[in-house]
Amino acid sequence: MPTLTASSTPAAFKALTFQELLLRLQGFWAERGCVLAQPYDMEVGAGTMSPDTFLRVLGPDPIAIAYTQPSRRPADGRYGENPNRLYKHTQLQVILKPPPVDIQQIYLESLEAIGIRLREHDIKFEEDNWEWPVGGAWGVGWQVMLDGLEITQFTYFQQCGGMDLDPISGEITYGLERIAAFLQDVNSIYDIVWAVDPKTRRVVTYGEIRLEEELQLSVYNFEAADVSKLWEHLRLYEGECQALLDEFHRNFKDEKTAERHEKIHDRVVHDGVATPAEEDVRVALRRFPILGAYELCLKCSHLFNLLDARGAISVTERVAVMARIRNMVVGVAKAYAAQRQRAGGR
Amino acid sequence: MADLLFEAGLEEIPARMIAAAEAELTERVVELLRRERLLGEDHEVHSYSTPRRLAVQVNGVLKRQPDARREMTGPAWSVAFKDGQPTAAAQAFARKAGVEVAALEKVSTAKGEYVAANVLHRGREASAVLGDLLAAELAALYWPKNMHWRALKPERFVRPVRWLVALLDHAILPVEFAGVSAGNLTWGHRILHGDAAVTIDHPDDYLGLLEAAQVTADVALRRHRIRKALDLETRSVPDGRWREDAALVETVTNLTEWPSVALGNFDPEYLELPEEVLVTVMRDHQKYFAVENSAGKLQPYFLAVLNTRPEETGIETIRHGHERVLRARFSDARFFWRVDQKIPLEDRVEMLKSVTFHKELGSYWDKTQANLRIAEKLAGLLEERGTTVDRKALAKAVELAKTDLTTELVKEFTELQGIVGGLYVRAQGLGEKVAQAIYWQYSPAAVEDPIPPTMEGQVLGIADRVQTIVGMFAIGLEPTGSKDPYALRRAANGIVKILAETGLPLVRSDLFAAVPADLDVGIREKLAAFFEERLEFWLRDIRGFAYDVVNAVVAVHSDNMRDAIARAEALTAVRGSEDLAAIAAAFKRIKNILRQAEEKGILNPGREMGATSPDLLQDPAEKALYAEAMKLAPVVEKLQARREYRQALEKIATLRPHVDLFFDKVMVMVDDAAVRSNRLALIAQVLGGFSKIADFSEMVAG
Repeated sequence: MPTLTASSTPAAFKALTFQELLLRLQGFWAERGCVLAQPYDMEVGAGTMSPDTFLRVLGPDPIAIAYTQPSRRPADGRYGENPNRLYKHTQLQVILKPPPVDIQQIYLESLEAIGIRLREHDIKFEEDNWEWPVGGAWGVGWQVMLDGLEITQFTYFQQCGGMDLDPISGEITYGLERIAAFLQDVNSIYDIVWAVDPKTRRVVTYGEIRLEEELQLSVYNFEAADVSKLWEHLRLYEGECQALLDEFHRNFKDEKTAERHEKIHDRVVHDGVATPAEEDVRVALRRFPILGAYELCLKCSHLFNLLDARGAISVTERVAVMARIRNMVVGVAKAYAAQRQRAGGR
Repeated sequence: MADLLFEAGLEEIPARMIAAAEAELTERVVELLRRERLLGEDHEVHSYSTPRRLAVQVNGVLKRQPDARREMTGPAWSVAFKDGQPTAAAQAFARKAGVEVAALEKVSTAKGEYVAANVLHRGREASAVLGDLLAAELAALYWPKNMHWRALKPERFVRPVRWLVALLDHAILPVEFAGVSAGNLTWGHRILHGDAAVTIDHPDDYLGLLEAAQVTADVALRRHRIRKALDLETRSVPDGRWREDAALVETVTNLTEWPSVALGNFDPEYLELPEEVLVTVMRDHQKYFAVENSAGKLQPYFLAVLNTRPEETGIETIRHGHERVLRARFSDARFFWRVDQKIPLEDRVEMLKSVTFHKELGSYWDKTQANLRIAEKLAGLLEERGTTVDRKALAKAVELAKTDLTTELVKEFTELQGIVGGLYVRAQGLGEKVAQAIYWQYSPAAVEDPIPPTMEGQVLGIADRVQTIVGMFAIGLEPTGSKDPYALRRAANGIVKILAETGLPLVRSDLFAAVPADLDVGIREKLAAFFEERLEFWLRDIRGFAYDVVNAVVAVHSDNMRDAIARAEALTAVRGSEDLAAIAAAFKRIKNILRQAEEKGILNPGREMGATSPDLLQDPAEKALYAEAMKLAPVVEKLQARREYRQALEKIATLRPHVDLFFDKVMVMVDDAAVRSNRLALIAQVLGGFSKIADFSEMVAG
């Protein structure tokens, strides 16, 4: 059972608090040129699914971006009873396109920045390849092991939305709860010190902030969520997403249009001239709400996970629904890439 | 003579790929030197690897290719010389070859006489030859999984290449790969040595300089140090020893550049969890070695191999860290174990309906039903043949075999499927026979694994695999070439091993008796060929029988696998005998004669040949052969029936003088039709009568 009060006494507490850990890592990457984005304000199963990763790795434009992302995995919920597992955990996600040649070295420096003296630890990069079949995405890389603890997933993205990436992106995903528990040497995630009041030295633990949520959402995910409503939601979101994709294809997909768009795009961007009619087409393409369609995909994905946690998906349905979501996600990625290529730029 | 060093520095290579890559790069570099005539006679080859590098050192490389004379052929002699005078063609060829016209020679070839020149090829400097070629060999390395890292994807490799060292003695060779130019700089341990490059002045300095930079590049030495350190650390555990695990030693050797070992412990209360679970967590998830006492009982300690040699302050921190992780893992496992007991396995059968076996073949519930049918059939056959089967235990085992797939423990530790099921059956008091059968159902997974120890386990193992193989074949997923995504060959190997090593009175064709009757005939044939091929693989590659022995044995029949093995063993034992070799040659001759007779229409194919008529035998040699064959046949039959194959073969070998004499004195294809067909009948009888252990005509002489 987790304790609600921190085991460490405030005076003895020297390691980084959870929020300091977050601030340090964000500060570290900001100093190395990353844009700090906010967590995406929707349910995602992993930081990778945020459009800041999933869509931004597409296409040639360089990016350097970092953000924390609460990630929800309904089936992993343990009613707050398991000291090592959470329904919702926090990732710090760093995306670098193209990855700098010394990306591993920079990463190791980030560990120093959070107080890990590398010479006093055992660090290994062990093969671990990442794959998200529903997103048509995979990469190769490592899990970074610190004294036997997996603290980071390090991936060189190779494909996304079924498309080869060029240039590729380097993705660094820190598991913040694990790292905090390691730094603070606590045995339960719920004992992690989230913050210490600088004046009163009062300690606020992870448990105080999050235990109720873990408990209640485990109950919701496993017991209370209304299965027929979930199916209904899934159907509605899917329908809307599919309608958007269909419209996109109708208006912009066929090759002749694509070619025309590219010509228009070239003229606008490179020559700065376009007829008003051409400009209209470009604007229409650019304002097409593909990002909205992606949000609908995220909704579907989360609903699928909820249904799965409820044990409401049969074998046949499972395969079929996953295939449908995959089609949507990959369809959005392709549309997004086409949109950026043909109508991107100012 | 000079020394060559070629090192590729990479971001961490997957441990499982390093050994093969090191061997391949070495082979490629040595082969390249040989091809380019740069390999000295007394050369010495060393190869090295760590997670961050592959390196080859060759001492005794020529600095320059030796000059060589080679003959170059030109135009026809008649074109080059008219009336003994060189023509323009001769002069042009001499110019091209770089020789005087007077030095041109005449050579005779199959096509006639031609002009030839003995041309001197000047050797090139090794440094000029090797640059591009070394890069090409590196680029050609095979990796099970590649990646791109540079824009426009100019190359694919296992991980990004970060530096190259290419030295011929003191000189840097102009090698370039993946945008990296070779130099004489390498890098030491990532953390202990850090950013400072290490300058390699000469290949012979390589190992020593790396050692000073906290990298042991020699794999054997690193492995040795790890083993020594494991021994040393375990000494502080009373009566303790680390559990030998050669595969894990390889893994940690390939995960470290500067290894050391930390001994940690865990709360003895976790020892209440089954050893299988504890060892799996330690070995597969944490790459820790387990510690046992001299009786083999697990002790509450573990050994972690570190990629650093920490100072005293560090080792406590590191040990503490590893202990924390293991504690969390064990506590998870215990949590799962307890949660799993809330739903007994018998209540989990229904839950299998939502676990997909294969999208076209249905769920594990469907598979379980099919497994039950096959196991029932096999049990029936066993009973018919006088073997007692505990049908109730068998049915229970088959029914519950897959239920552990729904447990949290197996979801977490998938490699424990089957084992967890067996342990839960025992914990839930469902019978030891059932527990054993389920526990061992996936064994043998690798050819060296044992077969299930109980009969129910063997039948379950066979039924489960047969169902999988037949199901996959039925939807067109049979293995092709190197592709076998569902590991059907491995499954079939398991069946072969169980049938070969168990006492079960089952033969291969029984497997097909148990598959659905409506199975397509084409698929049945494919299955039969597949199993036949697996048996041959087993005999040849696993049991090590010579391929001609295998062919000879299988050509007769191979339904009974144990019998096929016994015949192969007997044949191997006597194959050195000259008499048997002569018999084999004679039988080959007999086959040829019969075939020719058939082709000439003297024998009607398929039509039963008449028996030999003793009255028509004329020559003393054929009479003797007939008499001997008639005498020997019942003796051999009896030995065969008793499966005393070796003695039977030795008897058959005694036929040799009679066979030899027969072919020496007797002509089979004589004009007299009656005599001829009688002689054909005689040799056919000899061939047929003595080819029931093996088809000797398949044997290769020598």
